[in-house]
Amino acid sequence: MPDATELELTAQELRDHEAGSVLDTEFHRGRAVLVVDPASVRAVLAHLQGKGYTFLASLHGVDYYPEEPRLGVLYELLDMQRVERISVKARVPTDAPQIESVVELFPTAEFQEREVFDMFGVRFDGHPDLRRILMPEDYEGHPQRRDFPVGGEPVLFTYNEQQSYGKDM
Amino acid sequence: MEVKRERIDPADLRVSKLRAHDMLRDDLEGEDLERHVEQRVVTTTLEKAVSWARGNSFFPLTFGLACCAIEMMSIVGARLDIARFGFEAFRASPRQADLIILSGRVSIKMAPVIRRIYDQMLDPKWAISMGACCSSMGVFNNYALVPADKFLPVSVHVPGCPPRPEALAHGILRLRDQVMGNPPAGWRQRYAAEGTEEFLEADSAAASPAINVFRAGDTAGA
Repeated sequence: MPDATELELTAQELRDHEAGSVLDTEFHRGRAVLVVDPASVRAVLAHLQGKGYTFLASLHGVDYYPEEPRLGVLYELLDMQRVERISVKARVPTDAPQIESVVELFPTAEFQEREVFDMFGVRFDGHPDLRRILMPEDYEGHPQRRDFPVGGEPVLFTYNEQQSYGKDM
Repeated sequence: MEVKRERIDPADLRVSKLRAHDMLRDDLEGEDLERHVEQRVVTTTLEKAVSWARGNSFFPLTFGLACCAIEMMSIVGARLDIARFGFEAFRASPRQADLIILSGRVSIKMAPVIRRIYDQMLDPKWAISMGACCSSMGVFNNYALVPADKFLPVSVHVPGCPPRPEALAHGILRLRDQVMGNPPAGWRQRYAAEGTEEFLEADSAAASPAINVFRAGDTAGA
């Protein structure tokens, strides 16, 4: 892990490179997090990749309901030479969930961005093939959002066993 | 014709064997011949004979969905050895199988695939729903899963999470009884407990239908 000083230096370097790209930094329990502007995610990740963070270990979505902007996209980067990790966070609102795709930098992001799109409805600009990956293609809604109903079937007990769906098959 | 059933004394076996020799030599006549034939011939209907053969030779499909499949595999192993009953030939193609064991959770994306496989199987065919997920969705009762009853006619449900291999073997044997036209009695029937259901019409009317559907603005359970 980079220490707090190195995280601040990296953040300043990124700000010098592109003003307004890093909105905030967090350093909690040895974990370094860069909070970035969703419009400059690709530039930030390209810069970090040039610095040695060549491995995108994970790309995932979070729903911070009821905080605004609600949706978060997290990138976990790993520098395999120095064995250092850094997280990059970007927040997007639900009414315009747009963020830049990083498939060109990290090909592994292709399926993971599709999963974030499937589960949270974040649209990745520049993704070569943004389709649902886990749910059926005609599924409506994004099930991992916090305001999505959990769903499921009513459990059958004696009082409602007459309504079993298999009865007339 | 009245069918008489008599227990044969083991001491008579030697006698009946000699009598069979006599019959082959054409020495048996009249009442003795009648009696011999009655002892030796079993009559049944073609339907019963066919269902007896079917029930003793299921060809399950090689098809596993999740963790229950591991338990399903072990029923062909040495401990349970389902070959004792004639069910050991797991076929790799649905065209050759007549029993599908849904062993695991069925996601709504997988359900059409399973239905297609089931439709490819030749009649007569049966389905066993194995484990909690497949019958009532178990711990995965959420937006992603669908119960097997919704898209397949299931003959036997085997409960458990996962069921032990013995439970699955028991389920297959119950299916055999069904196929042979001798379905086992339910527990209410066995214990003469019919009419003891705690069932209120009002509750039945109030129970909601499937809620595995996204409705805009519905935030229940969020």
